[in-house]
Amino acid sequence: MLTITTTPINPDELRRELFDPAAGAYCSFEGWVRNLNEGQAVLRLEYEAYEPLAVSEGQKILAAAQAQFPHLYAQCVHRSGLLEIGECAVWVGVSSPHRDEAFRACRYIIDEVKVRLPIWKKEHYVDGNSGWVNCERCAKS
Amino acid sequence: MKNLTVRYFAMFREHAGVAEETLSLDVTTAADVFAATSERHGSAEPKGHCKVAINDVMADWDSPVSDGDTVLLFPPVAGG
Repeated sequence: MLTITTTPINPDELRRELFDPAAGAYCSFEGWVRNLNEGQAVLRLEYEAYEPLAVSEGQKILAAAQAQFPHLYAQCVHRSGLLEIGECAVWVGVSSPHRDEAFRACRYIIDEVKVRLPIWKKEHYVDGNSGWVNCERCAKS
Repeated sequence: MKNLTVRYFAMFREHAGVAEETLSLDVTTAADVFAATSERHGSAEPKGHCKVAINDVMADWDSPVSDGDTVLLFPPVAGG
């Protein structure tokens, strides 16, 4: 399932929930808060999530991954609130019988999460300014 | 005219200065609500990058709105 949390993400704890005797592969992705974006020095990030729809859209993404990749277990956790540099903002973990499906499912889930969930990111810069970050798809078009 | 509750998120909330307001609008679709509120709050964000939900269900811009609906306007998302 997908959950939104205001407390730090603990990947070691989360991966244990994906243990499955039939799984030969585990793959995870962690998105971290970095100190630079588009040339501007970032002090911290602020995530805003609309939880009811973030959770329901997240469930749809995980269900679609499980439909594509049989015997897949998948979980995702996304932070909201203020995050400091180096903190984990999003975690995706999957387990499956083989590695190819694990890599592909993990990639599919994080890519969909980034463009579909009602979550917004505000950067607070070292120079005192702040700004909402545009989605990757918007920046490209 | 339809009485609608409109909820704004992130950048849209900052443009509007409120998280939510009740408006009486002459509108048919979610796109009409977007156009009316963009004009009301001087927002130039293109609709194509934004999303809309009606009564907590993701909707399309051509989805019809009914009297009493709550329309949620989402600016471009940026999770992860």
